[in-house]
Amino acid sequence: MSDRRTISVTINGETFEREVETRLTLSDFIRHECLLTGTHVGCEHGVCGACTILLNGQTARSCLMLAVQADGQEIRTVEGIAPNDQELHPLQQAFQDNHGLQCGYCTPGMLTTLLEFLEENPDPTEREVREAISGNLCRCTGYQGIVAAALDAAKRLQAGA
Amino acid sequence: MGAKMFGARVPRLEDPRLLTGRGSYTDDFHLPGMLEAAFVRSPHSHAKINGIDTSAALAHDGVVAVYTSADLPEYLRDKTVPFQVPNPAISQPFQQRLLEGREVCFAGEPIALVVADTRYNAEDAATLVEIDYDILPGAADCKSALEDGAPMCHSTSSNNEGAKYIVGYGDVEKAFAEAHLKHREEYWIHRGGGFAIENRAVVAEYDEIDDMLTIWSATQSPFLVKQNVVDMLGWESDKVRVIAPDVGGGFGPKTVYYVEEALIPVIAKDLGRPVKWIEDRRENFLATNMERDQYWEMEIAVDADGKLLGVRGKMIHDTGAYMPWGIISPYISATTLPGPYVLPTYELETRVALTNKVAVTPVRGAGRPQAVFAMERLMDRAADKLGLDRAEIRRRNLIPTEEMPYALGLIFRDGKPMTYDSGDYPKCQAEALRIADYDGFRARQETARAEGRHIGIGVANYVEGTGLGPFEGATVRIQPSGRICIYTGGGDSGQGHWTTLAQVCADKFGVGVEDIDVQKGDTGKIASGVGTFASRIAVNAGSSVHLASNEVREKAIKVAAHMLEAAEEDMDIEDGRVFVKGSDLSVPLSDVARAVQGMPGFSLPGGVEPGLEATHYFSPSQSSYCNGTAVVEVEVDPDTGYVDILNYSMAHDSGTLINPFVVDGQVQGAVAQGVGNALLEWMIYDDNANPVSATFAEYLLPSAPETPNVDVTHVESPTPINPLGVKGAGEGGTIPAAAAIIAAIEDALSPWDVQISGAPLTPSMIVQKVHSGR
Repeated sequence: MSDRRTISVTINGETFEREVETRLTLSDFIRHECLLTGTHVGCEHGVCGACTILLNGQTARSCLMLAVQADGQEIRTVEGIAPNDQELHPLQQAFQDNHGLQCGYCTPGMLTTLLEFLEENPDPTEREVREAISGNLCRCTGYQGIVAAALDAAKRLQAGA
Repeated sequence: MGAKMFGARVPRLEDPRLLTGRGSYTDDFHLPGMLEAAFVRSPHSHAKINGIDTSAALAHDGVVAVYTSADLPEYLRDKTVPFQVPNPAISQPFQQRLLEGREVCFAGEPIALVVADTRYNAEDAATLVEIDYDILPGAADCKSALEDGAPMCHSTSSNNEGAKYIVGYGDVEKAFAEAHLKHREEYWIHRGGGFAIENRAVVAEYDEIDDMLTIWSATQSPFLVKQNVVDMLGWESDKVRVIAPDVGGGFGPKTVYYVEEALIPVIAKDLGRPVKWIEDRRENFLATNMERDQYWEMEIAVDADGKLLGVRGKMIHDTGAYMPWGIISPYISATTLPGPYVLPTYELETRVALTNKVAVTPVRGAGRPQAVFAMERLMDRAADKLGLDRAEIRRRNLIPTEEMPYALGLIFRDGKPMTYDSGDYPKCQAEALRIADYDGFRARQETARAEGRHIGIGVANYVEGTGLGPFEGATVRIQPSGRICIYTGGGDSGQGHWTTLAQVCADKFGVGVEDIDVQKGDTGKIASGVGTFASRIAVNAGSSVHLASNEVREKAIKVAAHMLEAAEEDMDIEDGRVFVKGSDLSVPLSDVARAVQGMPGFSLPGGVEPGLEATHYFSPSQSSYCNGTAVVEVEVDPDTGYVDILNYSMAHDSGTLINPFVVDGQVQGAVAQGVGNALLEWMIYDDNANPVSATFAEYLLPSAPETPNVDVTHVESPTPINPLGVKGAGEGGTIPAAAAIIAAIEDALSPWDVQISGAPLTPSMIVQKVHSGR
């Protein structure tokens, strides 16, 4: 018989209280219980990085965590990056302006990873950006547009700070 | 009038949705009452099935049904996936059954399907299906599979040869007899896959009230899915709708039709509830088609000046256990080999080997990277033996521009004689060498060597038939709101069709791309379609949008002329308004669209047909040939085998560019896949054909640190084959990559006289080669 617990997780400022199986992955919780489908699942073994979310401000692979481990914690997903429905975050805008995405599937993980990185390193070199996203696979872009977007976003964020 | 859109570096309209998590991929659908499916797949590469016991699985929590072959409706039990592209050269066109109940022929072949309330319960129950196997030996690699005494891929066959054919032209014997220099070598390119980050996915819903079956599939080709569902399941065509929603990458493997795309709809109808199946990454490694594995035994003949006299040889192509797309990939390989060169004689015998592995169908590049690898390595060898520069031997053999169109003497996969329609190969190579500073390289190499660093340079050329027929279509409709909507059949898996097709249309009405919507990949929105593969959408759908937009424009002018009581020839369209030139009389397109909706009892203005819309299906007379040159500079660490790509330059000619921003992205991404083919991606099987590298920890995709920036320069030779002058751009980056990278590594390691005849080349292989040369 499956073991069930009631958990309460705050995602992008909204609190979700659900009774879940203890074995439910955090990615499935976010996607299929909270219906925030912007976070994607690409490998379910922690290599591709598509499912990366911010857990209390730090990146985490939501496919490698259980939902119950996030009980009482704060999560930010791709849906919680833009300031409002009309505007993009400077990082998102830089992705559009530098052709940093094609199919869009790896993009949520790239954005969350880079959000954390650019906070820690607001003025990175290209090599540092490439290292920062080395745990996120993109099969479409060859990373060139993503790296350009990250460097451009760093400038925009610094100018806006 | 707004800025010209066609040809401009327009940022993509697709992006804001995808950047804010508002995309809708197949796994994002949550339909009321939906069930989830999990497959039971063969853990053996080859085995006979003696019996299947599903009782424990059926008893598991949440399980609604378990299907084996015997549980399918009788007419489906022995039905195989339709054979998509027959060819007389194919002698054993084995095709997969929906569920295999007798003999499984690759590890990953589906045997049973469990449907449950949640995927967790479905997967749990799948492990409870008990299957009694007799394990059989497997045919593991394509070369030994064709030798006497090899294990049979299918126990009903007496040999593993699936197809055999010879292509060529000219008197090869004579050419070789008269040659100044000959070189013979064997090349092996290993198996790899598309590995889109989104795996395959299918959701199906049967609506009893409408008797309508709707299928959402992460496919490149919703119309092929529909056609196959109709053929295979015997449903009426107008009762099936297939939608490719947002698709998270394609790269070829999502072009073809899979058994899962037939089974999920069958079961959704059978159970009367929507069913979802989401492939996991392990299944993707086991059961999604791959490509590349080919073994080439080749010989080149040149004269004293390095001019080509002939190329001949044999190639063995691994097709896996089934042939859903026949011999498309190896046939493309065979016809790609001559490339951009004047090759007076050519003969290639191809044998297609059945092996106990997942089927081979096109992956980005589609048979071309292997052929280009063989040809470009031969060119390098001939240059080295003659003491000629590797770029110079190529230059001497390139087809002169004035000889375009150039008839090759071969028949392409579209059944038409191969005629290169246009292109400036000498200019393309010269441009690539220029941006790579090829002339300055030897000095750089000398300096580096003095510092103890080993750098090398490689050059590779290719020609690629793109814009494959038979057609793709588009409906262009101006709505009463004034917004323009374009409908087209191929799905989008990241190519940016919305933006580029809007660019083709926008200038006809003087509007911005943001005034245009593009609905793609939905069989409910346009009557016919083919799909997004073979670098064909810009050519086929783009031309259709162009033609349909022109027709809508003419109609708008005709109706507006009637409304404004002016002469048609005095009218033009700008800023979304039809106006009388030299006056301030005008009418917005929204009013024109409303006028042709009709008013009860009144004739339509100008006697036109209703609706401000037009549909065109563009059919090219033949493929349009794209080409390019890659020049790669690498640094190799002889002690660790690490390869650092210092410079990657590419001159790329895909004809007229609709959006250079998007084309650059296509080239960059395609190069990255070529980097994988050259250095990382190797699907490994054991001696019995069981997969060994079935995770991303064992099969490595290029990640950001080892993927180079690509310096792309565009040479634009418009094709006369379509009204836009465009050629395909999605695959060119991949095609010459492995050939150029491997050549560069070899050049870097020339102090050890290293020779490289295969790809991928891993660090340990490099270290071994350096050691044996030391």
